[in-house]
Amino acid sequence: MGLFSKKRKDITLRVYRTNQQAQMPAEEPEQIPEPLVAHDEEQVEGMWEKCPECGSVIYTDDLIANLNVCTNCSYHFRLSARQRIMYTADEGTFVETNADMIGTNPLDFPGYDSKIRKIRGYTNEKEAVVTGACQIGGEPAVLAVMDGFFMMGSMGAAVGEKITLAIEQAVREKLPFIAFTVSGGARMQEGLISLMQMSKTSAALTKLDEAGLPYFAVLTDPTTGGVTASFAMLGDVTIAEPNATIGFAGRRVIEQTVKQTLPPTFQTAEFQLEKGFVDMIVPRGALKETLAKLLKLHKGGAAK
Amino acid sequence: MSEKRSAWDIVQTARDPKRITSQYIIRHVFTDFMEMHGDKLFADDAAVIGGVGFLGDIPVTVVGQEKGVDLRDKVKRNFGCSNPEGYRKSLRLMRQAEKFHRPVICIVDTQGAFCGIGAEERGVAESIARNLMELSRLKTPVLSLFIGEGGSGGAIALAVADKRAMLENALYSILSPEGFSSILWKDSSRAAEAAELMRMTASEIQEMGLIDDVIPEPEGGAQAEDGGKFAAEIKKYLIRNVNELMVEPIGSLLEKRYAKLRSFGQNAVVTK
Repeated sequence: MGLFSKKRKDITLRVYRTNQQAQMPAEEPEQIPEPLVAHDEEQVEGMWEKCPECGSVIYTDDLIANLNVCTNCSYHFRLSARQRIMYTADEGTFVETNADMIGTNPLDFPGYDSKIRKIRGYTNEKEAVVTGACQIGGEPAVLAVMDGFFMMGSMGAAVGEKITLAIEQAVREKLPFIAFTVSGGARMQEGLISLMQMSKTSAALTKLDEAGLPYFAVLTDPTTGGVTASFAMLGDVTIAEPNATIGFAGRRVIEQTVKQTLPPTFQTAEFQLEKGFVDMIVPRGALKETLAKLLKLHKGGAAK
Repeated sequence: MSEKRSAWDIVQTARDPKRITSQYIIRHVFTDFMEMHGDKLFADDAAVIGGVGFLGDIPVTVVGQEKGVDLRDKVKRNFGCSNPEGYRKSLRLMRQAEKFHRPVICIVDTQGAFCGIGAEERGVAESIARNLMELSRLKTPVLSLFIGEGGSGGAIALAVADKRAMLENALYSILSPEGFSSILWKDSSRAAEAAELMRMTASEIQEMGLIDDVIPEPEGGAQAEDGGKFAAEIKKYLIRNVNELMVEPIGSLLEKRYAKLRSFGQNAVVTK
C-alpha cells in the first residue's frame, strides 16, 4: 500500500458519495452526484467518509491509502477513470490519447448540450472514457478506462470511437488491450448512434484477436446494458471487482417483467463467476499485480 | 404511402397485430425451408426461427426473430423476446452457413432481448456480444431485413451485415419509445413525443446513414393476410442484393463490412 499512500501531484483525487447510486437501473442518474470533497487531495485531510455498505466511518486519508476500499468491510467505492489509472499504471507512464475528442448532439436532443457541458465542468473530463498507453508492472499496454461519474459511463459516439481507437492503437503497436468498464449502457440522448457503438467496438476487437493480442476486461461496478452486451463480455480474460453489479437488463426492468423480487446477489460479480461469465474476481488491492502477471503470461507461449 | 406520417403512427403500424412476421416471409419468400432447432448448448428458443431454404435457386440460411401470429403462438415465442439461446442458435446456424458458403438472411423483429432471470443467468449479454463480434467477420454474405420492431441489443445482434434494409414502417431504436420516455422523463406516457425525438423510423435512419435501403410497403402497411403479394417485392429485393453480395470476393466483402461498422458515429464526434 506504500506505493499509493504517498501524495501524487500528477493526478487529483476525488471521493464520491456512492451509495446514492448503489443501484443504477438506467443510463440516466436521478441527479448528478456531487463530489464529497474537492479535487485537491490537500482538502481531503481531516475529513471522514461513511461506507455505504457497512456504515463505518472511515478517515478519508485511510480510505485513499486503502485504494478507496472500506477498511472495515472491503466495500469497493466507485472510482473515477483518473483514480483507476493512478491505481493501475506505473507512475508517470500513462500517455493519454484522444483526450479532446467529444461527441456532438446528433439528434439535437433538447438539453443534452447544456447537461453535458455541466458534467464536463464538474468531472473535469470531456467524455465517459479515458484512453491511453501505459506500463503496468513494467509491461506495456493500452488502456480504455470508463468513468461512471460522467453520465453514468454511458456509451455514445465519442466513447465508442475512443475505445475503438484505443483497440486500433493496440493492434498497430502490437500491445495488449485492457478495458475497465463501468456503464449504465448506451447513451440515450444519442439514440441509435449509441447502439451502433456496440457493433463497432466488438468488430474492432476481431482485429486484436486476429493479431493474437490479448484483451483483458475488468468489469467494475456497475457494468450493464450495451457495454456488457459488447466489448465488456469479449475479453480473453474477464476480471470483476468484488460485488460489482454486472448484467444486461436493469434489475427493476427484470423485476417488472417477471413480477418477482430478485435476491441481492442477482447480477453481482459473484453471480457472474458462479454462472461462468467471469474468469476471476480480484480485489482492488491485488488488481495491478494480477494484470501485470497476466500481461507477462500472455506475451506469447512457447508451443509451436 | 407518400404523405408524411408521424413517428408515432409508424410505431403503431410496426406493432399492428396483423402485420407480417418472419413466418410470413419464410412461407412466401423461401422454398423448401427446413427449420433447424436449438443452440446445441442449452435449449431451443422459439423466439428465433432458423433454418435453410432456397431464395430463388440460391441456398440460403434464414434466421428470423418471430413474435408469433396468434396468442398461443405469441406465448410460445415469448413475443419475439429472445433468450440467450436464440442468439446462440443464430450464431450456430450462421457458422454453418459460413462453412457451406451460403448467404445469411437475418430477419429482425423484436422489442428487445428478454429481460428475464434465466436470460441473465445464461449470459444474454455475452450471447449478444459474441454475435456482434463473430458476425462482423463471418466469411459469407449477410443481409439484415428489419420488418417490424428493431429494439436495442436484441435487434443489433442480428444486424451486423453487409446490407441492412428496413421495410418502410419498420423501426430500429436504442429501446422502445415507452422505455426511452420513462428513463429520460420518468414518464412512459410521453412515448409519442419520444418516438419523434428518437429518429427510429426507416427513413430517418436511412438519412443518418445507418441503413442502406428502405423497402416501400403497400397502403396500410404490410399485412400478413395478403396471400403473399408483398412477399414478392421482398423476394425481388433479396435476390437482387444477395446476387450482388455473392459475386464480391469474400476479402473485399469483409473489408467493406468492417469499414461500414467502423464508420458508425464518426460524424458524431469532434476533437476540440
